[in-house]
Amino acid sequence: MSILQVRDLTVTFPGGVQAVRGVSYEVSRGEVLGIVGESGSGKSVTSLAVMGLLPPGAVVSGSVTLHGRELIGVQEDELTRVRGKSISMIFQDPLSAFTPVYTIGAQIAEAVRVHQKTGKDKAAKRAVELLDLVGIPHPDARARAFPHEFSGGMRQRAMIAMAIANDPDLLICDEPTTALDVTIQAQVLEVLKTAQRETGAGIVMITHDLGVIAGMADRVLVMYAGRPVEQGPVDELYYRPRMPYTMGLLASIPRVDGAEGPLVPIEGNPPSPAALPPGCPFAPRCPMRIDVCDEEEPPLTAVGGGRHVACVRSREIEHKALTGADVYPLPVIPPSGAVRVPRERRATVLELTDLVRHYPLMKGAVFKRRVGTVHAVDGVSFDIAEGETLALVGESGCGKTTTLQQIMRLEPPQSGHVVVLGQDSARLGKAERKALRGDLQIVFQDPMAALDPRMPVGDVIAEPLRAHGRRNVAARVAELLELVGLSPEHAERYPQQFSGGQRQRIGIARALALEPRLLVLDEPVSALDVSIQAGIINLLEELKNTLGLSYLFVAHDLAVVRHLADRVAVMYLGRIAEIGAVENVYDRPAHPYTQALLSAIPLPDPERERARRRILLQGDPPSPADPPSGCRFRTRCPKFARLGEAERRRCVNEEPSVVRLANATGERPDHGAACHYAEEIEVIPASDDQEEK
Amino acid sequence: MGKYLLRRLAMNVILIAVAASLAYMLAATTMNPRAAYQGRRPPVPETVIDATLDTYNLNDKTPLLQRYTTWAAGVATGDFGRTWNGGSVNDEMGRRIGVSLRLLFVGTLVGFALGVALGALSAVKQYRPSDRVIGVASFTIMAIPVFVLATLLAVATYSMNRALGFTLIEYTGEYNPRLTGWDQWLNRLNHLVLPTISLSLGAIAFYSRIQRNMMLDVLNQDFVRTAMAKGLPRRTALVKHALRTALIPSATYFAFAFGTLLTGATFTEKIFAWHGMGAWLIDSINQNDVNAVAAVSLFAAACVLAAAFLSDLLVAALDPRVRVS
Repeated sequence: MSILQVRDLTVTFPGGVQAVRGVSYEVSRGEVLGIVGESGSGKSVTSLAVMGLLPPGAVVSGSVTLHGRELIGVQEDELTRVRGKSISMIFQDPLSAFTPVYTIGAQIAEAVRVHQKTGKDKAAKRAVELLDLVGIPHPDARARAFPHEFSGGMRQRAMIAMAIANDPDLLICDEPTTALDVTIQAQVLEVLKTAQRETGAGIVMITHDLGVIAGMADRVLVMYAGRPVEQGPVDELYYRPRMPYTMGLLASIPRVDGAEGPLVPIEGNPPSPAALPPGCPFAPRCPMRIDVCDEEEPPLTAVGGGRHVACVRSREIEHKALTGADVYPLPVIPPSGAVRVPRERRATVLELTDLVRHYPLMKGAVFKRRVGTVHAVDGVSFDIAEGETLALVGESGCGKTTTLQQIMRLEPPQSGHVVVLGQDSARLGKAERKALRGDLQIVFQDPMAALDPRMPVGDVIAEPLRAHGRRNVAARVAELLELVGLSPEHAERYPQQFSGGQRQRIGIARALALEPRLLVLDEPVSALDVSIQAGIINLLEELKNTLGLSYLFVAHDLAVVRHLADRVAVMYLGRIAEIGAVENVYDRPAHPYTQALLSAIPLPDPERERARRRILLQGDPPSPADPPSGCRFRTRCPKFARLGEAERRRCVNEEPSVVRLANATGERPDHGAACHYAEEIEVIPASDDQEEK
Repeated sequence: MGKYLLRRLAMNVILIAVAASLAYMLAATTMNPRAAYQGRRPPVPETVIDATLDTYNLNDKTPLLQRYTTWAAGVATGDFGRTWNGGSVNDEMGRRIGVSLRLLFVGTLVGFALGVALGALSAVKQYRPSDRVIGVASFTIMAIPVFVLATLLAVATYSMNRALGFTLIEYTGEYNPRLTGWDQWLNRLNHLVLPTISLSLGAIAFYSRIQRNMMLDVLNQDFVRTAMAKGLPRRTALVKHALRTALIPSATYFAFAFGTLLTGATFTEKIFAWHGMGAWLIDSINQNDVNAVAAVSLFAAACVLAAAFLSDLLVAALDPRVRVS
């Protein structure tokens, strides 16, 4: 018996833009429906339309029935009785989703009192119970705290508590874990599963993360340009996709368990809802496009086994058992010349020795006084050889960005050494520093914020050239634009005329303008959609090989890191927990933190994802203003919890430093961990193609 | 907290002392209280003038520094000196502060409350007719100088009273001294109606513009959507979650506006013949009344600093994020 039925839902915004163009689905009790799609595909608008929460001016047609009762077009007060009672919603950004001026407890109690006739005391007590249910420690004290006093993960738990306050029949989760770190994401997903068990509710899970869907969903709906293009049971859809878009999506994601080699990019960009192409909206990007595709948009048709596909060639795809790797052209990336030389014999382009950056913690508005020290970076050492990519990974607040800033400043650090291309930053003169900046360039995370919106792209790219006194920049700009896969005519346009992926290419072109030898990449693909991300990763790989670059790559997405990096350094609270060649660290992680981090990454593979056992970490990372004594990870360490009293003493009193592991042998004997009781284990189930080898 | 308040109080006292001293110096060097006595018929002998001015500490023949020391010593013990004709500045100031407070208190509060309400309303109804009407009206009122607006109100009331044949609404003065008891009270309220309207119209126009912007910032935020998603009716979500949060920045404006208005409602006081602090500032400058000018300046400085403190208290009361850190 289905709780919610959506039939032919369309949403039109003022100006005639159709954001949703005919969506139908149903959700049964206890079932999880995953809705996948890139930004602008209409997945969030669909769910807001179901809740009746779209801004005034949006026109909704079609039918949404809850337990057989129609919700479209009913009076507002009837809708308010349904919202939060029968259907609850969990939003993406838990910071802005709570009213900042009321306590968490009061906001949850408010949700209780809207729908249940209870006294204030009882509602407050219920709020504490709910907070306890979602795993918030000391719930009675925390209920009196304000939203800004909660960490991101805690806020999302509180959000779930509020959503299940009235025992809803349906939970709509809109990107519930996108803003969170992976270990916190794993915790929150567990809480969601608990919440579902407690309430027996159906769940609509909206996300762009195919890994999260693989582990949670029973059925999946793939959306493209405001319409569902494929729908079916999760296993069927992941293992036997029938629509080229789904196939491309699954093939384009870098996988933490995956093989190396170029990723499969989907060419082009998703169409703007204001200017849809005639026929199938995916046709312009589709490798299997035939003439019929441009004539008429294929309807979503049932193909048996509970599956629906909107593609004229779906039968053929099924018949030939095609996958994304078969139909999408695989780019060829020239191999690098540098890697043939052993690492020891290559030049070192960047070397950090015991880098320290502490910030004073100030208090008071008028009279500032120092009340402590934030240990943002506390003794970090690593080096990068020529032609190598070192990835710096870790959760937010671990000191990745501070490390980057210390390198980019080229000033003497508070303590330790930064040596760039053989030159110690502490001994640089003004002219030398400027010259060295040309060899050390950066690509930023947010491609929109990193480009001046009032400057034509040509000027954006020419700026570093002019700053370093080069003349005749026009030819170089054209060359750079071609290098990153844009055309020279684009130099006249402004940044807002480009899509996110193209903007990031412009950012890369600007960074390459001065022919640097070391490129610092600060989360270069995290703001991009999956299908675009693959193209940028391939571009970076190609540039590295053809131009002989070295990369320092900062990321939180460990799957991207596995794909792009040669070596990886895992940071925790301002120190390096584990460092080594990618295959060593990923296949045989030795530090308990790395193990937890890797096990928290959802795999886009339903069967293996369901069968996996996670190492769940407790709580949030401690504040860098007050790191624990000895080993900084011990407060959350699953291994520490299993140790005996005598062994624990060492973790509490002695801070471990990175030690080369004894059995790090093989091709690259490069693996060290900062743990007194390091022990290599496997946490990512080996993928099929690796087993075959 | 106590330590912080003490330190802040000390800072403020120093700032007030500096401001008042500068004002005194300026007034004492540029103003000429002697003029008031020199032009008299029959002429007053110079020695008499000197003696009179000496007793009031206004004699320009005494060195400035000496006059300043005498004035400052007096102020330190709470004595603001004498007016040009020998009255007590303290008494005059006490009376006038009372007048200004009575005049402004209701007007500012009404202006703030109605302004915020109208601003919130026009934000919720953005680009609808009601928003446009409120917007045009606000800008019209803001474009009319206070003295024109007040005079127009007074003239309109005068003609209305004439047409009615009796005085429905008083348009000048603070009270009728011939009445006593309850009648006196009612008469005072009647006198308050017109200046309050004149003051609050401007305030309403001003706050409605500010509050509209603050409210628009908040309306599109996720927490308003969350409030509706948990089943609150739209109106409750807008008032309890959106408006409550959007009030925080307006509170600062309110505190400062109130503080500066205590000496700034000059036109309103003059036109409706209320002898408050704002009117006194102009009168004392006209009369070359050095000590009164210094006293008004000191009071103005104290008001601004008190307003800053009030705004901090208001923001702390409204915003938990400030309170905790």
